Amino acid sequence: MSAAAPAALPPEGLPGLDRAWSRLVTAPSSDGARRTWHLLDTGPALEAAGVRPVGTVLAVHGNPTWSYLWREVVAASLEAERPWRVVAVDQLEMGWSERTGAPRTVADRVRDLGLLTDALGLDGPVVPLGHDWGGIVAMGWAVDHAADTAGVVLANTALPDPTEDVLPGLLRFALTPAVTRAGTSGTTAFLETTLRIAHPPLPPEVRAAYRAPYRGAARRAGIEQFVRDIPADPSHPSAAELARIAEGVGRLAVPVLLLWGPRDPVFQERYLAGLMRRMPHADVHRFEGAGHLLPEDVALAPVIRTWLETRLGGDRPAELAAYLDAAPYEPLWSVLDARRDESSTALVEMRGGTRPPRVVSWRLLARRIESIAAGLLAVGVRRGQRVSLLVPPGADLTAALYACLRIGAVVVVADAGLGLQGMTRAVNGARPDWIIGVPAALGIARALGWPGVRILAGGASPALRNAIGARHTLAELAATGDGVGLPPEPAPDDLAAVLFTSGSTGPAKGVRYTYRRLAGVRDALRRECGLGQGSGLVAGFAPFALLGPALGCRTATPEMDVTRPATLTAERLAASIAAVDADSVFLSPAAMANVVATADEAAAFERIRLVLSAGAPLGGPLLDGAARVFPQATIRTPYGMTECLLVTDVTLTDIREAGSGNGVCVGRPITGVRVRIAPLDADGVPHGSRVVAPGTTGEIEVSAPHMLTGYDRLWLTDRRARAGTSAQPWHRTGDVGHLDEQGRLWVEGRLQHVIVTADGVVTPVGVEQRAESVGVRRAAAVGVGPRGTQQLVVVVEDRPSGLVEPALADSVRAAVGEPVAAVLGVPRLPTDIRHNSKIDRALLARWAEAVLAGERPPRW
Amino acid sequence: MTPTSVLVTGASGYLGGAVAAALLADGVRVRTLQRRPSGVPGAEDVLGTVTDADARRAAVQGVDAVVHLAAKVTFTGDPAEFAAINVQGTRDLLHDAKDAGVRGFVHVSSPSVAHTGRSIMGEGAAPAEPQRARGEYARTKAAAELIALAADEPGLAVTAVRPHLVWGPGDPQLVARVQDRARRGRLPIVGTGAALVDTCYIDDAVTGLLAALRRLEVTHGNAYVLTSGEPRPIGELFADFCRAAGVRPPSRHVPVPVAKAVGAAAELVWRIRPGDDEPPMTRFLAEQLSTAHWFDQRRTRRDLDWTPPVGVRRGLERLAAHA
Repeated sequence: MSAAAPAALPPEGLPGLDRAWSRLVTAPSSDGARRTWHLLDTGPALEAAGVRPVGTVLAVHGNPTWSYLWREVVAASLEAERPWRVVAVDQLEMGWSERTGAPRTVADRVRDLGLLTDALGLDGPVVPLGHDWGGIVAMGWAVDHAADTAGVVLANTALPDPTEDVLPGLLRFALTPAVTRAGTSGTTAFLETTLRIAHPPLPPEVRAAYRAPYRGAARRAGIEQFVRDIPADPSHPSAAELARIAEGVGRLAVPVLLLWGPRDPVFQERYLAGLMRRMPHADVHRFEGAGHLLPEDVALAPVIRTWLETRLGGDRPAELAAYLDAAPYEPLWSVLDARRDESSTALVEMRGGTRPPRVVSWRLLARRIESIAAGLLAVGVRRGQRVSLLVPPGADLTAALYACLRIGAVVVVADAGLGLQGMTRAVNGARPDWIIGVPAALGIARALGWPGVRILAGGASPALRNAIGARHTLAELAATGDGVGLPPEPAPDDLAAVLFTSGSTGPAKGVRYTYRRLAGVRDALRRECGLGQGSGLVAGFAPFALLGPALGCRTATPEMDVTRPATLTAERLAASIAAVDADSVFLSPAAMANVVATADEAAAFERIRLVLSAGAPLGGPLLDGAARVFPQATIRTPYGMTECLLVTDVTLTDIREAGSGNGVCVGRPITGVRVRIAPLDADGVPHGSRVVAPGTTGEIEVSAPHMLTGYDRLWLTDRRARAGTSAQPWHRTGDVGHLDEQGRLWVEGRLQHVIVTADGVVTPVGVEQRAESVGVRRAAAVGVGPRGTQQLVVVVEDRPSGLVEPALADSVRAAVGEPVAAVLGVPRLPTDIRHNSKIDRALLARWAEAVLAGERPPRW
Repeated sequence: MTPTSVLVTGASGYLGGAVAAALLADGVRVRTLQRRPSGVPGAEDVLGTVTDADARRAAVQGVDAVVHLAAKVTFTGDPAEFAAINVQGTRDLLHDAKDAGVRGFVHVSSPSVAHTGRSIMGEGAAPAEPQRARGEYARTKAAAELIALAADEPGLAVTAVRPHLVWGPGDPQLVARVQDRARRGRLPIVGTGAALVDTCYIDDAVTGLLAALRRLEVTHGNAYVLTSGEPRPIGELFADFCRAAGVRPPSRHVPVPVAKAVGAAAELVWRIRPGDDEPPMTRFLAEQLSTAHWFDQRRTRRDLDWTPPVGVRRGLERLAAHA
């Protein structure tokens, strides 16, 4: 079927492609003959404009695409202030380049590309950019031109890994000779399949553009050869070349950016993990929801530009913040070590039914942690490996957590409240090497193919254990490790944990904490709440439950379903309080609501001195209820987020004293935390100059010794969330608010929920509070229409869907003050699972927009 | 520009009369052109239509500027008559104005010139599209606007302003009809009544048009949608009109497809039956009442250097006080 054909220029009118970018270049090739390439090249246009590029991005497409894949990267090159020239080639036998009629191996292709760049005379820094199998060719070029290579950018590609199969599973099937020919050149099946897996689907005219150079079986021979060249076993002619490239990239001392679309049926996440093992210093960004055709699914051009500017342009972001990490460091386990010989109670795990509480002494806890730690080492858990913990709060979780930390394993904590899909995304994103879980969690892990060797927490019959594929149990580990010594402690600035956000504002994000920063959370809690040895704590809120032992508190975990905080009743809380003679209680707002609702007499809670509720603000009635149920307690509702668990703190008294204002008063920054505001411009975008002056609304930025060190495998998110310098890093919270004359912070909503009207920016929380003041149970403020000329719409709960009665609309309008285009009712506002309090305003805005357009609205 | 004398065509109408009165109040000499006396004290009336060459030429003689409101504004009628008044009348008036040395021309258009039946949410003034506009009125107004803007050239500055649903105290069109039908129990709510609709309170419309005239150096050659900038769900607005007059607001809902079918039937009947009255429903009206149309006013406000002085909320208060 192979036939020779000369190179050609693509036809006019392909969407997004300017024919002026196209060139035909003839160069020597690996087969000895001169061959003609088609390439997109911004070099001539930049030269004509008198612009000297910073360097060259050498873009290599994969199979079965062509340089059309990079059209946005090419276009961006011409618009950049400090541009990089982009040379995007069509590989020989592919796209509009020459059909030689002979097959080419990957070694040939790497050599071909080198001969082409010699002919082009590329000098100055070059950044190879490759997708799919083009990534291997790009890496091959980098290995052979290490001196010219300034960086490498790769998207959904793979390298052979010593510990894994080289071949993506689906492609191996496709390699059966009959399937190969039928699928790749005989028919257009392979091409069409590739074009169909874009998210969202490609417009027909774009699909047609991808197909254009591959009309007729002869023109598709290159696609077939490319697939045949994938080594299925070590004896394949190309296996050695792949091994050479794989070994070579490990020695490249240049910045690397790995961009990944997780919804790729072929290049699955383990190939990303393999690339990260080869290039541990790489910046990684996973685009949730995107797939194999990543350059089509996501606008990569601005990401690549930002990265080039950041990594190769001298604008280096904060890596580690020296001044934040200057505080004295006391390891998380120091209290556990100090109390290792005490027989008094450390932990009480309340259990349902007739089962008695599980009581663990400080001595037992310390021994248990050490023996599990040694057992983990014995079965092969290594420092820096990731361990996902899928265990509800209690004795097992506490022991497993501190054991992992002690040996330097990175704990991955994702809340079951994310739901199955969210959990799967989180686990796949963090890619744990090990999973410690209760039977139910391991069953799900196995069924859904979550990565990681499974370790069972709790008991299971041999049959069940077999069914969930648990290789070890915590009990076995503890037995193996009993009395075995532990290695040196991990360093303070090693990665300790990846904690996932709630995902109520988009896909859950992994947040990285070092040992020092985690210890900082404990220190902040100790300082701010006076918790320590002698305190008894009931921890009904998972993040803080884990810190109880580190604080030296007697800690009780109440009987409740952590994914449904409303299962905590006043009766269960009373039992927990009695079990540890508690004086402090930590609750989520939903748990608080249920405790208040089920408390028939307040007497049981007389001895509680401190009540802390975190996760979301408590409304006025709930605060009053809490004050009734805990009459002797100081009720504190600190403001924070997974990225910085304690930012400000406020007591019920403070809240009453602050009165009403625009937003929720969350109090003053706690010791060690700094807060500033990035004011919003007329388009609702935070701008450069930061203020701490009162009265200005903007994005809230925080800086604290106990904040995150960064986001995990979300290079771009991480970059965008950083402000300040490496000497003074600030975290952009994504919340908007203002400081008042007394230095108190008021939260006015999420930055992405700000409503931008023609008359300026309106923040939602204040509007909602004023609307609720007229007697509706809950209100949400959303904007409809294009940003910049949005209309403010108030949606109130407990009403039939649609326009509310005129009298209510009038009173809401009067209370809100700002112009309100419409007041709509819904029976229930859409909220997140975890807190049942964060309103899905994006969905609600789409609903309101449809209703107000006279269309059928989406359901939830 | 700051004219000393202005011709207002269509000054016997609700908006035209108010524009003429406002100009007079500003100390500008005002001439009017329409079939009936304008009823505006102090205005010099020329009686006739824009299809009457003599009346036209007499009207433009000696004025600095023209505010052109005269048009055939009905839902149904003879297509030839729409074309003669709205299209040819505008073309001829521009021609005569230029001949007479008039320097400024504000062509009063309608957002329906760019309305294709789908929802408009926060968009600006899209180009007029005669081929896609709905119904004879919108089609001929679209053609007229294109002609007007094409006539903009050094010497004669032309702008097109599209006020959307003008209403106010004493308004015989929108407010009176809504109140009247509601009183007779014949005002249905088309669909849910939630379609968000921009309107223009009378004082806002008048000041906006005069601002477009004053700012012709900036506005010439462009079309602007003019609203009070406080869109409301149409059902709520109509209910407010009713309440202002002490009439019970409508509660009967008619599904959109039914309203469109009734509209189509009514158009057919009104085409063959004699009489000057309007059908109770048309397809255009059914669409207008069931889809959102509210507009991005930022460009209008910036170029006209104007903000609506009254707005919808205070306008409704004035409407209630007037009744």
